Amino acid sequence: MYRQTEIISDGSQVTSLGEAEGDLIINVGPQHPSTHGVLHLIITLNGETIKNVEPHLGYIHRSIEKMCESLSYRQFIYVTSRMDYLSSHINNHGCAMCVEKGMQIEIPPRAKVIRVLMDELTRLASHQLWWGAMAMDVGALTPFFHAFREREAINDIMEETCGARLTMNYMVPGGVMYDLHPNFQHRVKEFITLFKSKIDEYDEMVTNNIIFQNRMKGIGVLSKEDAISYGCTGPTARGSGVSCDIRKLYPYEVYSELQFDEIIETGGDCFARYLVRFREMRQSLSIIEQLIDNIPEGDFQAKTKAVLKLPKGEFYSRIETARGEFGVYIISEGGTTPYRIKFRSPGFSNLSALNHMAKGYKIGDLVAIMGTLDLVIPDIDR
Amino acid sequence: MTNEDLKITIAEILPAAAFEEGAEWLTVSVEPNVFKLFSQQLRSINSLNFDFLFCLSCVDWKTHFTMVYHFTSITHRHTIVVKSKLDRNNPEIETVSDIWRTAEFHEREAYDLFGVIFKNHPDLRRLFMTDDWVGWPLRKDYEDAINMIKL
Repeated sequence: MYRQTEIISDGSQVTSLGEAEGDLIINVGPQHPSTHGVLHLIITLNGETIKNVEPHLGYIHRSIEKMCESLSYRQFIYVTSRMDYLSSHINNHGCAMCVEKGMQIEIPPRAKVIRVLMDELTRLASHQLWWGAMAMDVGALTPFFHAFREREAINDIMEETCGARLTMNYMVPGGVMYDLHPNFQHRVKEFITLFKSKIDEYDEMVTNNIIFQNRMKGIGVLSKEDAISYGCTGPTARGSGVSCDIRKLYPYEVYSELQFDEIIETGGDCFARYLVRFREMRQSLSIIEQLIDNIPEGDFQAKTKAVLKLPKGEFYSRIETARGEFGVYIISEGGTTPYRIKFRSPGFSNLSALNHMAKGYKIGDLVAIMGTLDLVIPDIDR
Repeated sequence: MTNEDLKITIAEILPAAAFEEGAEWLTVSVEPNVFKLFSQQLRSINSLNFDFLFCLSCVDWKTHFTMVYHFTSITHRHTIVVKSKLDRNNPEIETVSDIWRTAEFHEREAYDLFGVIFKNHPDLRRLFMTDDWVGWPLRKDYEDAINMIKL
């Protein structure tokens, strides 16, 4: 099943395929609908077979890491919403957790549950968008509208509680910014009922579609060893059989008390990655169901000082976004701003495997492979 | 392995390694000239088996650079942080992209933003900046009046 892996290493170098007579070089992007953002790929083709894919990044590089060095610990979280804009709650959450770790702030139980609820709603919305876009990439336009119809319901819930639809900035060090909207529980329950019927429809419409399966099965195979070596995380790695769900391995907030499965597929191809994301939607739905009636009463924010000062040292927090492991590495000199901050973005590492995954497949498959990587370019460029 | 066990094992492999205390994970400082050999051992020794490089960062301390590597083992579930101090005027370290493939991109990022030279890297070019960009944006002494990133 797996292609022969040629990794690891006794000092021998990784070689890239050279250009030969008759090769065709084409540019995809930076303005191309299938790249889902400003990603530029230089593809070396032999006939229709891909010999080499070289991603060119930086079209939306804003140097967020440098910006954060002059922002205070309350301010820098707002910038991180602009990285992975489809899981902005989870980015904010990771940053807030890192600051809390440094300050040793214990957040109230209500805030923990609200955070997990918001994270899972975000994951669901992100996977919905991915599902629609994925189907669109391989030629089915209708699912995109179905996905957006249901995603709209989540966006409305977010708008009511957080005041924003995309860049929520709802998580702050110590908890969440405001309490839930009184309508929240009701709206979420309505959404659960709605989505439960829709997700089966999704399954019927796309997953069981033979044309779709033919486009996905056996395409872009990534072996388990390669997935680890390329630093892949999230559904990309779990589709190759790597157990890497941070929610299970290093549980944060209330994840250790919840009943949910880590979805692992061993196929390693596009269809396996598709199935992982799809099943994760059902898991997220189940997590939301478990929590929605059990939101504890109490404070939604711990008492914190107006100006946060992290003690001198290094702090690292890991969190599972919709795309994989998001890491925040803060180096503090004891001041009100971080000395250096590093964001380990999941998309960046996942993208590095693209060349390896696409080599030897046809150019039409590249779109399917990129679709299953679920790339969000601002997350990669930062 | 627990941090204590890791510490004992690593002290055996590399007696010159210096340990930092107080962090969440075991932190080891190694000299850049032995870093490559040390990282090969981290990957190849079965009881360690650090197969997953999840974060590679560079820090500008104004007097020197520090490369920070976060490794974890998918099989054993232990984590280690390896640091290496580089000369700021001539930052050079061996690449680990042949051991962990993900390092290829991460090292290009560190080269692009800090100007760290990774020896024997297969493709060391600018990643985010354009090829003709002058300067290393994430260094502390970097000033750019036009594309202002300091607030």
